[in-house]
Amino acid sequence: MTTGRWELTPHGADIGVRGIGSSKEESFEQAAVALTAVITDPNSVAAKELVEVTCEAPDDELLLVEWLNALVYEMATRTMLFARFEVHIGGHKLVGKAWGESIDVTRHELAVEVKGATCTELKAAQDAEGAWVAQCVVDV
Amino acid sequence: MDTTRLEKQTEDQWRIAPHGKMRVPAVIFATEPLIRDMDEKVYEQVTNVATLPGIVRASYAMPDAHWGYGFPIGGVAAFDADNGGIISAGGVGFDISCGVRTLLTGLTLDQIQAVKARLADALFHKIPAGVGSRGKLSLNDKEMNSMLVGGAQWAVKQGYGTVEDLQRVEEGGCIPDARPYEVSDRAKTRQRDEMGTLGSGNHYLEVQHVAKIFDREIASAFAIFEGDVVLSIHCGSRGLGHQIGTEFLTRMAAAASQYGIDLRDRELACAPIYSPVGQAYLGAMRGAINCALANRQIITHLVREAFTEIFPQAELSLLYDVSHNTCKVEDHIVDGTKMHLFVHRKGATRAFGPGHQAINEPLRPIGQPVLIGGTMGTASYILSGTAAGMDLAFGSACHGAGRSMSRHQALRQWRGSEVVQNLASRGVLIRSRSMRGVAEEAPGAYKDVAEVVEAADHAGLARTVARLEPVICIKG
Repeated sequence: MTTGRWELTPHGADIGVRGIGSSKEESFEQAAVALTAVITDPNSVAAKELVEVTCEAPDDELLLVEWLNALVYEMATRTMLFARFEVHIGGHKLVGKAWGESIDVTRHELAVEVKGATCTELKAAQDAEGAWVAQCVVDV
Repeated sequence: MDTTRLEKQTEDQWRIAPHGKMRVPAVIFATEPLIRDMDEKVYEQVTNVATLPGIVRASYAMPDAHWGYGFPIGGVAAFDADNGGIISAGGVGFDISCGVRTLLTGLTLDQIQAVKARLADALFHKIPAGVGSRGKLSLNDKEMNSMLVGGAQWAVKQGYGTVEDLQRVEEGGCIPDARPYEVSDRAKTRQRDEMGTLGSGNHYLEVQHVAKIFDREIASAFAIFEGDVVLSIHCGSRGLGHQIGTEFLTRMAAAASQYGIDLRDRELACAPIYSPVGQAYLGAMRGAINCALANRQIITHLVREAFTEIFPQAELSLLYDVSHNTCKVEDHIVDGTKMHLFVHRKGATRAFGPGHQAINEPLRPIGQPVLIGGTMGTASYILSGTAAGMDLAFGSACHGAGRSMSRHQALRQWRGSEVVQNLASRGVLIRSRSMRGVAEEAPGAYKDVAEVVEAADHAGLARTVARLEPVICIKG
């Protein structure tokens, strides 16, 4: 059973996304669900179509930024929303899967599009209790 | 922000003396109440910017300053390339050349009252807005490169608007030296179907009426009179600008350490202007500026089409087009010497004073129109650049109200449908595909734009000319 969860955190002009999980991978997956939640209710998105992304970065924090930015790019160019994610991290490289569907304005209540993930409030580390937290502010 | 750390210079100008690694002082233009409302992050960010190599005179914050990425939003800083000066992707922002364009409609509020709903529907139908919206225009590789080089001039050549429009756009509608080959394929792909789209978030298209004139002489020169109907477009360089900002933030973060630049905050990522990364960013960013100018030009054409459906005789002309997320090369007098500077304005509007060569006739003797966006429930303002402003902050002024409440809080406080109903009862029609988006952008989630404008005026950055109030708002 998954222990993962996600949160949106307040920021002056934009919004923060946070994924919490029992592993680094799970925290990245949950941060991606939070990214969807900035745009629309993740429960309204059906996991019908698979898109795969890969990215690299010199450290975990920048890898989170790259992962979220890869999803922003795929959402923008495919006009899709994603609901479910699977992340594998090996060293500095991430291989991710995202399942979702095309935007349907009759079913998806769309709030705002994400311009990009930023390095503000950026964190990808274990907290005192050992849970992995992956978070940053996204520009909307 | 705690005012005890600031030296009060005047009622509207505060100074932070250089300390630590600051190379120049920081200056904040705001009244005491506005400063008290500002996030402490503004202090941190405006002083961080003052540590960057090659910064000239001071790091400035406008009256609407708030927590940004590296630079504060409402931040202005100029750098001297010959003195190790840098260029920063964070100092320009993710939405490169986001800006406001205001059109004069030649109509009065009385003339549009009876057909307001039809006009709102026509505009909403014509102009793609909101998450995932696509324009009718899809650019192939060759067209994309031409657009990045030509900006609004390219758009006019494609039949969107007129040559006269270009006289009323900064840089005549096209910033030179854009380098399409420095714009990644991903940025171009992201933009391919987004030309002529408004976007989402705080972007909007608004039909407004001139509610009050503050300076009759300048208003008359701008051809605006009480009761007139104008239309303002607030949007930027869409996916292309966002992608360029994202990519260069990472590239510059790596370059900064390579050039021995000590970054207090990763978002301050920058590179020397005379460096391969600095030059690449300049070329790509200028392409994004042209993209934003072309985008607003295409939307202008769509607006004209919508207006003529209801008013076949209507002729919409441009008052002006300003960009508020840019880095531009400008000449300024510093301590009596003319300097060639790279002026970053992040959430700040260029506000050149009377006589400046960059302003085309017939506006040159008056000063540049400065267009300040407000909220869909309050007001927007037209100001004009001043001679004093040229010396105060390199000819710059504020850009908008700035949020006082997070999107999160706004969503808890308001329902979109209630906001729409409430505004309708006050005569403001909202058209949006997203009620959640409307709730997040509720007027109450923003600071009082009037206070910001008043502070800019009192500080001498720009002169207040007119107050505009919304009649119809198309929200992205």
